[in-house]
Amino acid sequence: MRRFVVALLSTVTALILLFSYHTSTNRSADVAVAVSPAYGSGAAATSTATSPAAPLPSAALPAAALPAAAPLAAAPPAAAPQTFTGGVAQTRWGPVQVEITIESGVITTAAAVQHPTGGESDQINGYAVPILNQSAVSVQSASIETVSGASITSAGYETSLQSALDAAAGAGVTVTG
Amino acid sequence: MSAVAITHNPGLATPGIPLPTGDVVLGGPGMPRRVWVAQIMGMPISVTVRGARVRDAATAERLNGAVEKVFAELREVDTTFSMWRASSEANRVARGELAIADACADVRLVHDLTEQAKAITAGWFDAMLPDGRGDARWDPTGLVKGWAVERASLRLSGLVGDWCVNAGGDVVLVPGPDDPQPWLVGIEDPGDRSLVLAAVSLVEGGIATSGSAARGGHVIDPRTGEPVTTPGSLTVHGPSLMWSDVWATAAYASGPRAPDLLAAAGGYGWAVVDRQGSYPTVRSSG
Repeated sequence: MRRFVVALLSTVTALILLFSYHTSTNRSADVAVAVSPAYGSGAAATSTATSPAAPLPSAALPAAALPAAAPLAAAPPAAAPQTFTGGVAQTRWGPVQVEITIESGVITTAAAVQHPTGGESDQINGYAVPILNQSAVSVQSASIETVSGASITSAGYETSLQSALDAAAGAGVTVTG
Repeated sequence: MSAVAITHNPGLATPGIPLPTGDVVLGGPGMPRRVWVAQIMGMPISVTVRGARVRDAATAERLNGAVEKVFAELREVDTTFSMWRASSEANRVARGELAIADACADVRLVHDLTEQAKAITAGWFDAMLPDGRGDARWDPTGLVKGWAVERASLRLSGLVGDWCVNAGGDVVLVPGPDDPQPWLVGIEDPGDRSLVLAAVSLVEGGIATSGSAARGGHVIDPRTGEPVTTPGSLTVHGPSLMWSDVWATAAYASGPRAPDLLAAAGGYGWAVVDRQGSYPTVRSSG
């Protein structure tokens, strides 16, 4: 079975990137990926997450984002090496877009193909982008499998890391190595 | 409970906290897995199974059926306990229209559990919440979620693979019959739900997190009746999700008293995740 990789789940703060992975059959899944540590750089956390809502009455919920009890379709076979380009994430400093290459189930490169420039952004990116590149490659063997957090409501689910993990697992996404 | 290690992921350099080495036990991220997601009780509930045989065609229907029963049971609990439905039995009890003694077995049991929880936590968990008009009103929501998810997850026991049920951030792990592997459970950044600040490696049991009001948390301080606004979050793990959740809620509400309070929670580990400036701080026990 050939596999492809999504989980770039690093810890800590920094940049959140909303990826849209396009497979060879143009199937896509929006996966929020957290890439890591800007500590020591003076860069504060950036987030695209929206403010969470208070718990909603069940009756007022929109239709389920995913069908109940219906596993997501299996991902199509993927050839190696493959390149996946994420969607553009708006950060405090400007747009960021990341591209990863996967070979035999392992992320071999991760690079920001678009990132903010100028002024304070240069200082931040001078540190954050290289870290981001490294961390996507180095943390994959320690991939988080599920997330415990306070009060993840249906309304907040789309901004939750858990939704990305569920999407990845449902697509048969696997991290090796 | 098997391996319990609160740890930062590699690459996180937090001043004052030594980076652990070799204590993250990876539980087969390379294994086949399946996931189901439903929105019940106002939260996303995802059920994940992983193991060598979980994607076999021969087991597909059986697993689908088991998961559907889990979801069906949770929907039924929601019907009984939703405080958002005026007609729910729990609401009728809360309004005084139905005596506990006349309620269904589940409501009686949960009512009993809320009283136990209050006693065990020295009053820091209390299902009697302010009703906004100066009175207290029974609202078991904070306990029902963990209780229901833990009970429903029993339906997954004995099936192939290791199971993980994540109900809005509260997690139950049900190990499979064959060489169960630990799950790496991330602890959400209390300041940003898209990020993880720490991780715990667990084979079975429950893990629950209570967090700050800034993120939409709704923990009420039983002493004041006001929402708790302490920054950060508090995570508890142990054999039972329901009790992990109760302890997390109580300890978070108790603020600086949390370590003393949790000392009474035998068999449960905990972690406090908070932020001081740009740096996350993780303190753990267990």
